[in-house]
Amino acid sequence: MPADALQCKECQTQYPLEARYVCERCFGPLEVAYTPLDAGPEELRRRIQAGSLTLWRYADFLPVRGVGYPLPVGFSPLVRADRLARRLGLREVWVKNETANPTHSFKDRVVSVAVARALELGFDTLACASTGNLANAIAAHAAAVGLPSYVFVPGDLEPEKILATGAYGTNVVGVRGNYDDVNRLCTQVSGEHESWAFANINLRPYYAEGSKTLAFEIAEQLGWAAPDRVVGPVASGSMFTKVARGFEEFAAAGLIADGAPTFNGAQAEGCSPVAQAYAAGRDWCQPVKPDTIAKSLAIGNPADGPYALDLARRTGGGIDAVGDDEIRAGVRLLAETTGIFTETAGGVTTATLAKLAERGDVDPGERVVLLITGDGLKTLDTVRGTFEVADIAPTVDAFDAAFAPEEVAA
Amino acid sequence: MAVLVKIPTQLRAVVGGAAEASAEGTTVAEVLDSLYATHGELRERISDGNGLRRFVNVYLSGEDIRFLDGLQTPVPDGAELTILPAVAGG
Repeated sequence: MPADALQCKECQTQYPLEARYVCERCFGPLEVAYTPLDAGPEELRRRIQAGSLTLWRYADFLPVRGVGYPLPVGFSPLVRADRLARRLGLREVWVKNETANPTHSFKDRVVSVAVARALELGFDTLACASTGNLANAIAAHAAAVGLPSYVFVPGDLEPEKILATGAYGTNVVGVRGNYDDVNRLCTQVSGEHESWAFANINLRPYYAEGSKTLAFEIAEQLGWAAPDRVVGPVASGSMFTKVARGFEEFAAAGLIADGAPTFNGAQAEGCSPVAQAYAAGRDWCQPVKPDTIAKSLAIGNPADGPYALDLARRTGGGIDAVGDDEIRAGVRLLAETTGIFTETAGGVTTATLAKLAERGDVDPGERVVLLITGDGLKTLDTVRGTFEVADIAPTVDAFDAAFAPEEVAA
Repeated sequence: MAVLVKIPTQLRAVVGGAAEASAEGTTVAEVLDSLYATHGELRERISDGNGLRRFVNVYLSGEDIRFLDGLQTPVPDGAELTILPAVAGG
């Protein structure tokens, strides 16, 4: 769809398609508004299927076309997880495996769209405020397009995420504070550096659009259909709400039947401002100080929280929170039933699905999609000490002594 | 008592283009009221009549006032208030 304007989500004031993110009238968030597509579903489907196996195949639904974008992202596997479904007493569970992206998380999608737009607008430096995965993606995409970058992260981030980010030759700025402190600092820095594109600040309306491609791919991979239910992580609430928007846009274009999936959000108990608001029946979030092993979800002041709450309520879903032990068990459950090793955020999501199944909230006949947004190699401490490594001499006897059943050895 | 208020780029036009403004008051609400008195348009931008609009964040010396006492948070002399838009994404 041709992008038309930036529009305030609260008061609908429109602005030109520039690098701005907040309504000057009411401070509400801006998002991209489009003119309706002039093509029917058959034509749209043909265009999508003629595109590359990246998120740019959905350029008709994005604010940039991504022509010549150097780092291919998207079309990650949608894996049918029958063994996981059986363990949970469900019939049909699919895993959207976002660990397959270039920097091993869904953040490659949002960064692709933000960076493509930053190039069009002529920015000379890329930057972001991040809980880790976004920093990874910005560093890699900046290297791919040949721009300098600055990534701001909480100083106590997992070493894996810092190492995998520094590898790309970015400027890693560790901030003494939590993500909300980093975000506040970056909002201020962004105001003073006009030639810098902060992916999730001044480029945020474009950045957020990238998450819709998760829904587009799921719909296409399911044979042009929406699932009955989506279970996904909630940090700021941006991805969660944009995935829903993706299904709505496909339905409006006639590419899938109407009827939004039920949306269940997943948070860690140690940082659950949205789940708490959901449980209390509030439409606003009281910020919290995060304390959880799910650091990529550790946003205590979720700006899209009100919209995530609205989505969960209007689709008949919910927002749940799980504890650190459940998160570790969730990582383990997904790994041992699907062969997919996720970071703690995926543990939160898997544990939440397990909770929903146990509570009987999921009809056994439903088709459920689990959004696994990041890779377990980024949060290795989660599994440290959860198993033993046998230490044996290089002899068959030693192996038998350690592993062979006694009756065989005898 | 004098308080320094940092103004985000999006609001500078309504305070005469300045990045900072000086205001008076012993609570966050009083400080904002004193700013509204000199810059009337600021009120409709960040206030919804009862309190702050939900996408407006105010910090007292770096701490979100929602962790303190909200608009009733006491503001010591010489303190610094920062007004910023809420931003999503991580």
